[in-house]
Amino acid sequence: MAALTTAGPSKSGLTPPPLQHLSLRHRLAERGLDRMIWLALPGFLFVLALFVYPAVYGIMLSFQPNDESGVFGNYVEFFTDKYLFDTIGNTFRIALPAALFNVMAAVPLALVMRGRVRGKRTINTILIVPISLGTVLVAEGLLTYLGPQGWLNRTLMAVGIIDEPLRLVHNMWGVIISLIITGFPFAFLLTLSYITGINPKMEEAASTLGAGPWQRFSKVTLPLVAPGLAITFCLTFVLAFSVFPSAVLLGNPAGDSHVLSVAASQAAFQRYDFPLATTISIITAVVELTVVALVLLWRSRMYRGSSAGKG
Amino acid sequence: MTQTLARERRALRRNGAPRKSPFRWLVWLATIFFFVNLFGVIASVIANSFATEWFDTWLPTGWTAEYYSMAWNDFQLQDTLVVTMQVAFTVVIVSLLIGAPAAYVLARRNFPGKKIMMLSFLLPIMVPPITYGIPLATLLYQLKLGGTLSGVILANLVPAVPFVVLVMTPFIEQIDPRIEAAARMCGAKTWQIFTRILGPLVVPGLMAAALLVLVQTVALFELTFLTAGPGSQTLVVSLYYAVFASGIRPSQAISAMAVVYMLTTLIVLVIALRHVSPTQMVTQVKTENNE
Repeated sequence: MAALTTAGPSKSGLTPPPLQHLSLRHRLAERGLDRMIWLALPGFLFVLALFVYPAVYGIMLSFQPNDESGVFGNYVEFFTDKYLFDTIGNTFRIALPAALFNVMAAVPLALVMRGRVRGKRTINTILIVPISLGTVLVAEGLLTYLGPQGWLNRTLMAVGIIDEPLRLVHNMWGVIISLIITGFPFAFLLTLSYITGINPKMEEAASTLGAGPWQRFSKVTLPLVAPGLAITFCLTFVLAFSVFPSAVLLGNPAGDSHVLSVAASQAAFQRYDFPLATTISIITAVVELTVVALVLLWRSRMYRGSSAGKG
Repeated sequence: MTQTLARERRALRRNGAPRKSPFRWLVWLATIFFFVNLFGVIASVIANSFATEWFDTWLPTGWTAEYYSMAWNDFQLQDTLVVTMQVAFTVVIVSLLIGAPAAYVLARRNFPGKKIMMLSFLLPIMVPPITYGIPLATLLYQLKLGGTLSGVILANLVPAVPFVVLVMTPFIEQIDPRIEAAARMCGAKTWQIFTRILGPLVVPGLMAAALLVLVQTVALFELTFLTAGPGSQTLVVSLYYAVFASGIRPSQAISAMAVVYMLTTLIVLVIALRHVSPTQMVTQVKTENNE
């Protein structure tokens, strides 16, 4: 409430300001800096105080190890302790397949769903359910469903595909499956919005030039949607890379799903070593941003002109 | 709608286009497979919550609802639900109060430093909560806010405020600024423009933003997990602790709690879907990233 009353410009620009202020205020207003800017201040200050400042504070804290191991002590510990260092590989082994699968599976469904399909809204609504339920509930459900006596293993055994129950929980497979259940709908809904933005006339034009379905997809649609897919991949990958609740509940947090976020929270809440925990968080962010930057760099070399029109 | 669809189909078939290609069949099969599994996951939780015993059979051997009262008492679900609602509604109101004015400025003005401001609203959404959550939680504990309700609310506001800004900015952009200019020409004061002209026009946008934030906050796990103490846990966090410490209580009680959480989320979701489309819930972020 205070935000509005302090920021709300009670005196409007209608009354002319005193002459001696006119020039400066005028010049500022010309560049868009009038009193209206104050309205943005609470939001900006909030982000500075609770996002930027903690990040800076975390970076400084990471250089102040709890023990006497010097400025880079935490970083040295992370990169020399094999159990900690392996978390990077573990996280990639889980996040990369999940993100790639989600994006690649989203494309064909989005291709089918972009036209007028009966029950489109129903399908979209069902797909939003796992996203809004969240990873904790999906993990709890998968524990039963994928377990040795769960419905999936029972069905597979009843059909005769397998003789022994598959081991899908308390290892990285469970984590990957949970990332697909929550991540695939997310990737699909993003991809769908990109694909519907492509003018279907372009494919029709290719068709008149004799392109078959596969050529129309690979030479026309795919290049046009690729920049969007790059963004989708980045967002899905970042989500998967920071997997936490399902890695603990559904994976093997001491073994193959000892991922970066698990290591960070263990450092914070089991060892109470907050400097090490923030160090791991910072390393997570750096690795994530590197992958995102590489994908975006690759994306900047793609065609990004107009593909819009009636979609 | 259905009629035009049928007519189009018929027209397509006349032109020799196949009605259903093998590719479409494959995609539909895969989608149905996904839905069956999703249904299985949710149904397992519900079935287990009503089970007397469920070991090596397709369905539980008997049915009971007694684990709901056990979950309700043992997990103090009433208190947890109250906390969840307190956190969610405070976050919605505060994020709208802080975020909507900022969105107005970003939609209407060009000023030096606008790009930086945009970026500072984009980053908290792009960076996953667990990454910035630990430094944030460390700081909140230093300020003696960790483990309190206000700490949880502050932490949950961090992604909510930028989210409101990103949802509201394009919404305000599409309101014709000439309406404001016309009101000013007619002698309206600035506060009058806000309350009588813009206010009614932005209500649908505010509504959508509020509901999206509500859905997100109820399901947001990481930040609450990192900042909550006993007494300030939201439903999703106490569900996590219950699953984490499974073995202490029967699994049916945990499932019953999961069903309560699921119902809460779905009620919020159903209300939200009356005002926003499913795609909007995901793509709001995208339209901004795509710039």
